[in-house]
Amino acid sequence: MPGAIEVHGLRKRYGTLAAVDGIDFSVQSGSVFAFLGPNGAGKTTTTEILEGLRNRSEGEVSVLGLDPWSDGAELHRRIGVIPQDFRFFEKITPAEAIVYYRSLFHTERDPVQLLDRVELADKANSRFESLSGGQKQKLGLALALVNDPEICFLDEPTTGLDPHARRSIWAVIRALRKEGRTVFLTTHYLEEAELLADRVAIIHHGHIIASGTPSDIIAQYGTPERIRVQAGPDLGDYLAHKLGVVARAEDGHVEVELHQKEDALRVLAAIEASGIAWSGFETRQDTLEDVFVRMVGQMDEGALRTEGSP
Amino acid sequence: MNPRHIGADFRIVARSYFRNPVALFFSLIFPIILIALFGLIFSATGTTVVTVPVLNEDHGPGGVGYSEESVAFLSALNNTTLVKVQVVSVAPSDFAAWLGQNDYPVGLVVPSGFQSNFTNHTATNLTLYTDPQDAASSGQAQAVVAGVANAFNLRAACSSKNCSAVIGITGANVGSAVYTYIDYLIPGLIGFSILTSPMFSMVDITSSYRKEGIFRQLSLTPLTRAEWLTSRILWYVLLTFVTAGIMIGAGAYLFNAHVLVTAQLIPFLVVGPFLFVSLGMLAGCVAKTPESAALIGNIITFPMMFLSGTFFPVSSFPSGLQSFAHVLPLYYVIDGMNQVMLFSNTSRALTDVVVVLAIAVVFFLLSVRLFKWRDE
Ligand SMILES: Nc1ncnc2c1ncn2[C@@H]1O[C@H](COP(=O)(O)OP(=O)(O)OP(=O)(O)O)[C@@H](O)[C@H]1O
Ligand SMILES: [Mg+2]
Repeated sequence: MPGAIEVHGLRKRYGTLAAVDGIDFSVQSGSVFAFLGPNGAGKTTTTEILEGLRNRSEGEVSVLGLDPWSDGAELHRRIGVIPQDFRFFEKITPAEAIVYYRSLFHTERDPVQLLDRVELADKANSRFESLSGGQKQKLGLALALVNDPEICFLDEPTTGLDPHARRSIWAVIRALRKEGRTVFLTTHYLEEAELLADRVAIIHHGHIIASGTPSDIIAQYGTPERIRVQAGPDLGDYLAHKLGVVARAEDGHVEVELHQKEDALRVLAAIEASGIAWSGFETRQDTLEDVFVRMVGQMDEGALRTEGSP
Repeated sequence: MNPRHIGADFRIVARSYFRNPVALFFSLIFPIILIALFGLIFSATGTTVVTVPVLNEDHGPGGVGYSEESVAFLSALNNTTLVKVQVVSVAPSDFAAWLGQNDYPVGLVVPSGFQSNFTNHTATNLTLYTDPQDAASSGQAQAVVAGVANAFNLRAACSSKNCSAVIGITGANVGSAVYTYIDYLIPGLIGFSILTSPMFSMVDITSSYRKEGIFRQLSLTPLTRAEWLTSRILWYVLLTFVTAGIMIGAGAYLFNAHVLVTAQLIPFLVVGPFLFVSLGMLAGCVAKTPESAALIGNIITFPMMFLSGTFFPVSSFPSGLQSFAHVLPLYYVIDGMNQVMLFSNTSRALTDVVVVLAIAVVFFLLSVRLFKWRDE
């Protein structure tokens, strides 16, 4: 079965800048796909190409089996979109906006229920200009749902939202998935991708540098699980000497990488046997965020080195 | 074109409008201000009586009072009701300076010997001072003095023979019998608002909606560009009816204007906004930024605002400017409304409305074509 979204060799150039530089991915119908990347990585550009808002320079793109650019009108009936900085008519209220969209899409959605769903019912009759950033974003989400879309494209739907509002958007996204809709999400919050997404792709300078399920990516690019205790550097030296393990000491912590399950017990026993004072025992594993920050950091360093060399 | 889409968008336009006090002021109060302002300026110049200070040097017998003929001449001037004679006593050599110091644009000197020369059929010369900067008052005074002088010449020439004036004049007005300047101004000012209100706001809306991504947002809905444009046109047609009604009402109430309001006016109130909404859209979408859009809008709007017969009749322009006026679309809107409201000239009004409609259709199609919801 072909995916809801299929992308092959996609390129987008703005003049000489290749904002998206040959990417491939597919999104399965009914799944949540998160597109991660630092500022300027090419997330919005890719998203807009998928939505049919921007033409591509090269490559093949199919969304619900349609070419987004040439079959835009048909596609737009079947998808819902929140653009990155969603704006609407200043003097119009959320309730009126939904009634407007309802007439355009010929549907019978109940505005109150829809606004309830995104927790905006209390602002149903306030003008758009008087809504806060997060409330505007919620209206964007509500409008994206008016036409009962098969795919929702959400470009940074939670940026600028308070933790509570962010959680309510997450709940909506989970519900969308439960209803069998496909969600294409971009975000800077890796925690969000980890929590919501079935699959993740990390894009940087127009290239996809990693993709897969969040746990795949962590397993592939993350460091192994570590034991971490509060202690001076002398404990690190002791463990390295005694067990032959890699032990890093910094900021009053010592970290030891665990390659096998049994390592944990051996390390603990050795710590206890050392007689050196310690406290605050914890085990740590890389989050997607750690992986992301490290990968992007390494790539940028690499880029600097190659640029610097003659 | 789906009427339901147009209706839904129309409601959005109307709501946005009514919730914007500035826009409301401009379309409902501004027409009254325009009529009042221009009505006052122009109706004032129409009825002004020019005060003419007169230095009468033709004294009566024994230097007492003034000679009979000079007094008769001055009262004839007064009787025209176009000038008001005010006899002053200033030294003749200081008269010109005195006029300037006291802000009189005109002044008249009746020379001594006026009466004796007149009765003896000897030439005598009145001196009329005029201020070229106040052409209206000077011209008016000059015409009146020359007219009265001619009448006196005729009387002098006829005094010996038995003759009388052959050509007389009876006053009458162009067009409807009671046509005054304010009547002429009403179609002009309706045309002015048919031009300015859609042009300024469409140019602004098209460029700022694009910048804010609202067009992009709309492109994700089934609303088409033609539907979007149509709902704006319908809104401005409605607004034009209201504005025209206010202007005609204010003109009648404030200045006693009499214009003919017939059904023939309706096509102009529909086709005019159709044209300028489309043109505003066109100007807004060829520009890259809101700033350049405003500039392009102004370049199109300002010449049309003054040179299409809004405040001054095009027939009063020099001929080069007249030909220029004839390429401005607003000229045909205003000329057509003049034909309907003042001259009841249906056939010329029909030509005008056809010209406007043709231009409007071209602009509409062009703007729907050039206007892009989304970038490449
Ligand atoms: N219309 C445009 N014209 C020229 N360059 C553009 C245009 N839009 C985006 N770019 C450039 O393309 C690159 C990718 O931009 P894009 O908006 O896709 O990034 P993004 O990943 O969405 O970033 P952010 O997280 O900040 O939203 C950037 O370098 C940007 O400057
Ligand atoms: Mg972006």
